[in-house]
Amino acid sequence: MKEIKFILNGKEVSVEADPLKRLLDVLREDEKMTGVKEGCGEGECGACAVLKDGVLVNSCMIPLGAAEGSEIVTPEGIRETDKGKCIIDAFGDAGAVQCGFCTPGMMMATEALLTINNKPNESEIREALSGNLCRCTGYDLIVKGVQIASERGKDLW
Amino acid sequence: MGAKISIPVRRIDAKEKAGGWTKYIGDYQFKNLQHGRFLRSERARAKIIEIKKPDFPEGYYYIDASDIPSSGKNNIQMIKDDWRVFAVSDVKYIGETIAVILGPDKQKVLDLLNQIEVIYEDLVPAFTFDDALSCKGGAVYGDNNIFSEYLLNVGNVDNAFKDAVKIVEGKYETGFQEHLYMETQGLVGAWEDEKITIYASSQCPFYIRKSVAVTLGVPVGDIRVRQTTTGGAFGGKEHFPDVIATPLAVAVNKVKKPVAMIYDRIEDISFTSKRHPSKITIKTGLDKNNNIIAMDIDTLVNGGAYESSTTIVLQRAILHGIGVYNIPNARIRGRAVATNTFPSDAYRGFGAPQGLFAIEMHMSHVADELGLDSSDFRRKHFIKTNDITITNAKMHDEVKLPEMFAKIDEMSDYSSRVKKYTDDPVKGIGIAFVNHGGGFTGNGEQAIIKGVVKMKRLEGGKAGLYVSVVEMGQGLQTTMRKIAAKELGLDYEDIVYDNPDTDIVPDSGPTCASRSIMVVGFLVQECAKKLKAKWNEGVGVEAEDVYKHPDELIWEQETLQGDAYPSYGWGINVVEVEFDPVTYEVKTTGIWAVWDIGVAIDEIIMQGQSSGGVIQALGYASIEKCELKNGAFMQHTMADYTIPTSLDFPKVETCFIDNPYKYGPSGAKGAGELVFDAAPPAYAEAVQNAIGKRIYDIPVTPEMIMGALK
Ligand code: FES
Ligand code: FES
Repeated sequence: MKEIKFILNGKEVSVEADPLKRLLDVLREDEKMTGVKEGCGEGECGACAVLKDGVLVNSCMIPLGAAEGSEIVTPEGIRETDKGKCIIDAFGDAGAVQCGFCTPGMMMATEALLTINNKPNESEIREALSGNLCRCTGYDLIVKGVQIASERGKDLW
Repeated sequence: MGAKISIPVRRIDAKEKAGGWTKYIGDYQFKNLQHGRFLRSERARAKIIEIKKPDFPEGYYYIDASDIPSSGKNNIQMIKDDWRVFAVSDVKYIGETIAVILGPDKQKVLDLLNQIEVIYEDLVPAFTFDDALSCKGGAVYGDNNIFSEYLLNVGNVDNAFKDAVKIVEGKYETGFQEHLYMETQGLVGAWEDEKITIYASSQCPFYIRKSVAVTLGVPVGDIRVRQTTTGGAFGGKEHFPDVIATPLAVAVNKVKKPVAMIYDRIEDISFTSKRHPSKITIKTGLDKNNNIIAMDIDTLVNGGAYESSTTIVLQRAILHGIGVYNIPNARIRGRAVATNTFPSDAYRGFGAPQGLFAIEMHMSHVADELGLDSSDFRRKHFIKTNDITITNAKMHDEVKLPEMFAKIDEMSDYSSRVKKYTDDPVKGIGIAFVNHGGGFTGNGEQAIIKGVVKMKRLEGGKAGLYVSVVEMGQGLQTTMRKIAAKELGLDYEDIVYDNPDTDIVPDSGPTCASRSIMVVGFLVQECAKKLKAKWNEGVGVEAEDVYKHPDELIWEQETLQGDAYPSYGWGINVVEVEFDPVTYEVKTTGIWAVWDIGVAIDEIIMQGQSSGGVIQALGYASIEKCELKNGAFMQHTMADYTIPTSLDFPKVETCFIDNPYKYGPSGAKGAGELVFDAAPPAYAEAVQNAIGKRIYDIPVTPEMIMGALK
């Protein structure tokens, strides 16, 4: 047990836990950030994706200790921002959402992509989403959602 | 796409899901929640000699068959009830439930589980079709391991074969497939208001209610099932949640506290049902004009250790066994066998993909044998309206396959590419033609389900919709609202349609068999018309509609004769590939799909179904290998059971053809499974054209290609 501090969605939090506890569990159980999903628990699916100091990571692969002092952003941290709303609306209009279990992670991956490349082409989008698995959509309409977000959000990113 | 209802709207659930607001089963907070884990069989077939347990601390429980109330049954009441809630004295497959271990601390529960030692006496297990048919180790089921057997016949096959000038034979095999819904299986059983409430990620709340009630020996009304937003299912949450819910309910009944049974991914891949493996042999006789005059098919599916829905899966495999063709003399023998593998169960397509893979590959092989173009040969044999089907009934559908072929040919440039690639050493293109019967087989909608829907006028100009079919990603929350809203002249957002709760909604049947829109959607449309007529009676006025099988459709269930399905969806896929002669890897370079689903209730939602179904099917055809070793699945994680990523396949170019069906809402037919059926044979044919060797089995892995080329 150790007290570990990090910034979660812009606010400092302090968690008393085993530093080896998965960041995913800390976020879901201690912080009730259930927008972060567990799809596999082994770094394969991206459902648990969050931003750590601006970089897209799978929170199931990060021990809490490694998050100490860093800035963590979950879907809860971006869904009400202009960028988050832009992605969510674009996904809605494209038909990118089916069962929705992968979608918050897809939103995080989209945010990470558009931050470094606000006009991605189709293959860049497919590359950027390749760590996020979706079993429902076959990806086509998610790709379209990212395209719509990038067009509409050209002044945001 | 001409119909007004097809104009897309934004999915009602899109925003909440995308932003992570939507709660799935693992996201709910329950007070005093206990965590459950299954003690599972580690042996495929064995006697249980002894179970050595550690001392259980206060608050931790070991629940097994002895905890089932005396009024109950240690059987899971699914389509059959042979699957046991808890194994007692023997085990029949690896992963069979022996007991539930539960308590307040997850880790402590795991520690206890690890300390339990089960002493077995191994018996000789049967795993393969040959093992099953030779009753290796003694029959697993009955006295011959045959769960069910059918013989379909049209015309006079034996006589026709005598007239054949050429005979072509082939044997086709398909493997297990894991559903890999992104949300694993998960249920929470709670003790609320002196009764058991099951919160379930599920396709069929009423199935769970029935099986739990039978297990506990209580009236169904004593059990409440509430569907939680379901993160993908694909058939995997049709019956399988019953296998979790029944032991879970026994546990809740004992401890009277909420208990969560939520699988992690390794458990989910290792210990849930898969698609039935199949082995299909087809023999075809041709006359001197290269017309098929006779066909003899032998179909085997592996049901695993318990029957569950296997017989119905077998029915669908053989009812789709001659595909979209008019074969004057055809015979199909179908057998579902028992083995000591994990029981197979429902998976998008429900047997049809297996039957259709075999017939499509075979048609391609026959054409090849005759030196004919594979698509020309198949098109010459297309079934037409009023032709006789394998169940000796008339094909009632207006068959638009020729028009659909013209469309896909234009989209994909198939005809010219197929010629261009004939001598190309690495490129290939393939095509497949399919249909898929919507709804339950025969008169099952009337005889088994008899679905009911209800609607009610609510305050504020809104209407409530009460149905038991669920949203699981396929868009039902939106499409059902559109159907109801259209009749009522309301906005789709003014229809209230919550996740079904068996204490509130009537039983409109399960969410499966491509029936939700075609069958339940039609009831919703008719019910909405009735409500509209009574609307002015004021807030609170209700309307109801009950399924009635169309009079003109006849069916004999014992012999499977008559109108096998009320209507069919139809489809054509073209797949283009390029293979690497050094690594034997195959890259897909183009995918095209044309569908006749009657009318799309929402064009974007249906595009999502098309892309999603086709890509899932291409995974089945190429990379999704699920193998057995001594009765256990060798793949346990998403790293070793891989599904398509965004990089593996290009965009699916989709087109829909309107062909309204009179008993479908706005003319819509079933669609959710159809979109899975055509891609596997189209892909396999493309690969065979690229490598110049015939393909008989899927998945087509690089190792298989290497073997074929050696
Ligand atoms: S849950 Fe973390 S990558 Fe799948
Ligand atoms: S929408 Fe279901 S997994 Fe992506």
